[in-house]
Amino acid sequence: MQLKGDRRLEAFRRMLRIRRFEEEGRRLFNGGQIPGWFHTTVGQEGAIVGASLALRDDDAMTGTHRSHGHPIAKGAHLQALMAELMGKEGGVCKGRGGSMHFADSSVGIISESGIVGGGIPLATGCAFSAKVRGVDQVTLCFFGDGAVNQGTFHESLNMASLWRLPVIYLCENNGYAMTTSVATSHGQPDIALRAAGYGIPGEIVDGQDVSAVYQSAAYAVTRARAGQGPTLIVANTYRFDEHNIGLAVSGEPYRQVEEVEAHKRDRDPILLYRTVLLEEGVNEETLTTIEHEVAQAVTQAVQFALASPMPRPETLPDYMFVSTIAH
Amino acid sequence: MDVKDDTHRDAATPGPHIQMTYFEAIVQAQLEEMHRDERVVLMGEDVSVHGGGKLIECFGKNRVWNMPISEGSFTGVGIGAAINGLRPIVDISTASFIYLACDQIVNQASKLRYMTGGQIDIPIVFRCCMFSTGSEAAQHADRPYPLFMNVPGLKIVSPTSAADIKGLMKSAIRDGDPVLVFEDTRLWPLKGDVPTDPDHLIPIGKADVKREGEHVTVVAIAGAIRPTMEAANYLIEEGISVEVIDPRTLKPLDYEAIKMSIEKTGRLIIVENGHRICNVGSEIAAVMAEESFDLLKRPILRLSAPDIHVPFSPALEKDFFPTRDSIVGAIRRLL
Repeated sequence: MQLKGDRRLEAFRRMLRIRRFEEEGRRLFNGGQIPGWFHTTVGQEGAIVGASLALRDDDAMTGTHRSHGHPIAKGAHLQALMAELMGKEGGVCKGRGGSMHFADSSVGIISESGIVGGGIPLATGCAFSAKVRGVDQVTLCFFGDGAVNQGTFHESLNMASLWRLPVIYLCENNGYAMTTSVATSHGQPDIALRAAGYGIPGEIVDGQDVSAVYQSAAYAVTRARAGQGPTLIVANTYRFDEHNIGLAVSGEPYRQVEEVEAHKRDRDPILLYRTVLLEEGVNEETLTTIEHEVAQAVTQAVQFALASPMPRPETLPDYMFVSTIAH
Repeated sequence: MDVKDDTHRDAATPGPHIQMTYFEAIVQAQLEEMHRDERVVLMGEDVSVHGGGKLIECFGKNRVWNMPISEGSFTGVGIGAAINGLRPIVDISTASFIYLACDQIVNQASKLRYMTGGQIDIPIVFRCCMFSTGSEAAQHADRPYPLFMNVPGLKIVSPTSAADIKGLMKSAIRDGDPVLVFEDTRLWPLKGDVPTDPDHLIPIGKADVKREGEHVTVVAIAGAIRPTMEAANYLIEEGISVEVIDPRTLKPLDYEAIKMSIEKTGRLIIVENGHRICNVGSEIAAVMAEESFDLLKRPILRLSAPDIHVPFSPALEKDFFPTRDSIVGAIRRLL
């Protein structure tokens, strides 16, 4: 199960869509046009896109506070996402969610949890529903290395194993829970080993290699769809930006500038895959065309977002309830 | 969430009734709704202990799921399943265990519809059984509904009769949003006439006048209904007529029903078993002071558990919650 033909170009395209979206978002955030906190996915695109491409369109997904990449990887349109960042009426969550909560149900995302580890039970429940209803839908659950130390991770893996739920637990291990490293917070730093405690397969994959992540995820998806239960995949990746844009960490740096620069230089998932594609015989022109199209799509998204109105004050209570009182 | 309907007493429901206990009515409601809608599933620890045994027999293990002791996550499993096409009833069993599940109920269930701009619905019921007395000691005896009243996005019911729990449990299961059902287990053995109509629903957000009276309005919450009715019966011999209101739904509260009653009596007491600080009585008293001050002839009184944990020893527990005598005393103070 390898990325082949046009799917390779789609992997390149989606990683690039995330990167350019984030770069433009960062610029707008620094310019004061995006409120709140801004956590970019830059550097982690390979892990996110590789796993998402292994899904069918009707498969479900949950994500994290570092949420921008997940819907884009699953194929979402960029306009409503950019508008959401600005808190606009035309935002995918109507300006009620923002940067940390980019759930886009049109591509099967049921939630992006701002609470670390909060989405893991939801993904498990989403897969539980598929099992109860007898449908062959699979759920992909993203979380970070920090979430692995939450009780929800352990309780959920136990239940998913017990009931052989069709769920893939995909840990985006970027090495740091905000400023706390895996080395200083995990009694067992090999996160994949934790799967054995719940009787499920656990494996490590190079998260900067989109095709390796795809291969690993595709195998897990096949197992899940065949009723063979969950898999834990730990994609080792790296966050190129600070935890959130503008965060000033005082005192001793928690990671060295040289470490960050080395990753940007040698471990950029997009640059690495671009080289692979050229080596595999893809034309430079094909890649340039994709790069141009992506830049255009991001520009259009920004235009849409800027033109979208702010939500009107009288809409404050909208979306609280399906029905205020029972029918 | 104002309830505009000013009907505060249900018309006598036509059609056949059957005598059953409050507890049997809870099971019957779930049974009927599980027959009606195959998306309804039951999830909880030791589900057969809390009325699930009969349901397992009827529906099998794909509809009734025994949970491991993982409240912090199986609650979220229910929420995820609700988002993805099921209508789970999550049995938290002992209400004090709900603290373990607070992140999922508060940060996920109550917020996700709003935070996604209405992209998802979360039709889920959380059953919480309040075992307040009988020397359970403080970690099994809580009545945590006031905490959740301070959370937007949740509906909370706590009815007191067999017919009401059946009708409200069914409404909760059919509702499209998260609903918390707090059952005072001292009400479980109470018998009452319950309509057999499978579409007997009590609307969420509507109070009921359990006893009509002239001199004082007593709003009784959940298990407090029993000593309140005893107090009302006791005082009738002295010519004191007490109106007893059961809000049935704690959120959204039916303020109109309470206002209509104090328009008549001019006196208000709220009796509940929650602790005194920021409980449902605090909320009712605040709203009545804000909106109906001119109707009141006397100050509003609240009776509740003190701001002390539920003790283990029967000697200490005996008068911990409002009793018939403490309610009688409060009514006399107001007259």
